[in-house]
Amino acid sequence: MSNESTTGAATPPEDALLATRDVTVDYGNRRALKETSLDFGAGTVTALIGPSGCGKSTYLRSINLMNREIEGCRIGGDVYYHGREVNNDQTDTYDLRKHIGMVFQQPNPFRKSVYENVAFAPRRHGLTDRARLDALVEESLRAAAIWDEVKDKLDNSAYALSGGQQQRLCIARTLAMRPDVVLMDEPCSALDPIATFSIEETIRDMASRGICVVIVTHNMEQAGRVADRTAFFLLGEMVECGPTADVFERPKDQRLEDYLTGRFG
Amino acid sequence: MSNGEGAVNVQQASQASAGTKGPGETLFDTNIKPKRRVERKGQILTGACVLFVVVVVATLIYMVCSRGLSTFLSDGVSPASFFLGTTWNPHQASEAGELLVGALPMICGSFAVTLLSCLISLPFALGAAIFVVEISPTFGSGVFRPMVELLTGIPSVVFGLVGLEIVVAWVRGWSGTTGYGILAGSIVLAFMILPTVTSLATDAIAAVPDSYRDGSYGLGCTRWQTIVHVVLPSALPGILTAVIMGMTRAFGEALAVQMVVGNAAQMPRGLVTPAATLTSVLTMSMGNETMGTVYSDVLWSLALVLLAMSLVFILIVHLVGRKGVRANG
Repeated sequence: MSNESTTGAATPPEDALLATRDVTVDYGNRRALKETSLDFGAGTVTALIGPSGCGKSTYLRSINLMNREIEGCRIGGDVYYHGREVNNDQTDTYDLRKHIGMVFQQPNPFRKSVYENVAFAPRRHGLTDRARLDALVEESLRAAAIWDEVKDKLDNSAYALSGGQQQRLCIARTLAMRPDVVLMDEPCSALDPIATFSIEETIRDMASRGICVVIVTHNMEQAGRVADRTAFFLLGEMVECGPTADVFERPKDQRLEDYLTGRFG
Repeated sequence: MSNGEGAVNVQQASQASAGTKGPGETLFDTNIKPKRRVERKGQILTGACVLFVVVVVATLIYMVCSRGLSTFLSDGVSPASFFLGTTWNPHQASEAGELLVGALPMICGSFAVTLLSCLISLPFALGAAIFVVEISPTFGSGVFRPMVELLTGIPSVVFGLVGLEIVVAWVRGWSGTTGYGILAGSIVLAFMILPTVTSLATDAIAAVPDSYRDGSYGLGCTRWQTIVHVVLPSALPGILTAVIMGMTRAFGEALAVQMVVGNAAQMPRGLVTPAATLTSVLTMSMGNETMGTVYSDVLWSLALVLLAMSLVFILIVHLVGRKGVRANG
């Protein structure tokens, strides 16, 4: 984990579960993200920080090629998943996203029951056996630390839950695919501190079970609490990446130091 | 702080605002005026407009109801023979001396063309709506929407003419009949309601929040799975509203239908034999009747049935709409 942030070096990763090499994102003629190369290992949590509009969410959404669903958006560079380059015409992006889960800023459960929300992805991907679905739903809800709260209302609408519960339901929904990567786009920004704390515990728990978590956050305390590594983005550029403690306490780049001390903009 | 001190403070403050014009001078006069009287005039003016609309609608409903009901109340026609009778021949009495004013053929005709035209137009409308929202939004807003709006503005007589020239001829070609009938009427109506249903269905699908689509794509679902399992179920109340609005228009449309349906007030035996609808009989006969005769009253009864059905359709739209609002948060 020491040889990261080698921007510009297009060498494929040796053993990282997930890696990007010179990934760029363009909206029409506007470059939203400059060449970014990062490695993400299994069981690690990486935080992407930076001011609004710095490209951190854009980068996150290019890891699972979600940006491709936006008209006029182009992702350049290479994305490696299990050592295989996937940002090309031959790879089924839908299939890729079965393994790289995503949790969004606003809780966005489907307008279905709690059960059907969690069973949604497995069903779409061909699992029909009711007993296995039941087990998978319970396992996923437990992993997202929401089972005890919803086990008696699995058939109720997901919208009857509180915001924090909805977000944990969305995490459960993602975990039901048994992904090895989970991308989180400011998952706590719409939640109160108690719900936030609970989600952060879940994030550490996911990492301890070997899942690679990449989390975008504007909350630097949160990055400090959950992330092993932190990457700082500014104006569409990945400025610095390293172990979280180093990034916060011994910033190398002047722009990062300015940001951390509030002398920004 | 005692009362005395408070009073002194207020006095000082008022002196400060009325007297010295310091650097804190306000743009407008700080001396607040008493309430104005002008607002009342506006209230009365706009209120009168509301009253006018209410009176017009109420008068219309009252008139249709009173004339339509007089068939049963003063002309002695039993509701059963009107709603269930299958023979429409108001100028002749049956051998038993009863008037032959069975409206069932027209009621059946109206429902047949309405349902059939919806069945024909819905797949096209839904397909087009999915395409322009989910697949090609640029084409949708740039080309398709204006085109659909243009289609809405085409007068119904034009649809009737085209239907006469093309649809009736086509049906005549393969059926061996005159070509006039419920099928021709339904096809012409389907084209007429297509813009309404399409644009409302487009609105319904476009109103589904993108966060639902994100959620589905984030779970590795394909675009097709996203549309079928996430977008369409969420848009269902809106799509139902679109269908019912289309039905309302189809049920009430007179001219285009009358031109191609054949206008034979007999129980429909098939889709390609001449038939009649409530509206077509009304437009064909109303001008020829003397006010106050039984025949004219019976025509008003047909109008009453039309009015009642329109109210039912609009009621359903409201109920579905309310359910939709609940469903979408």
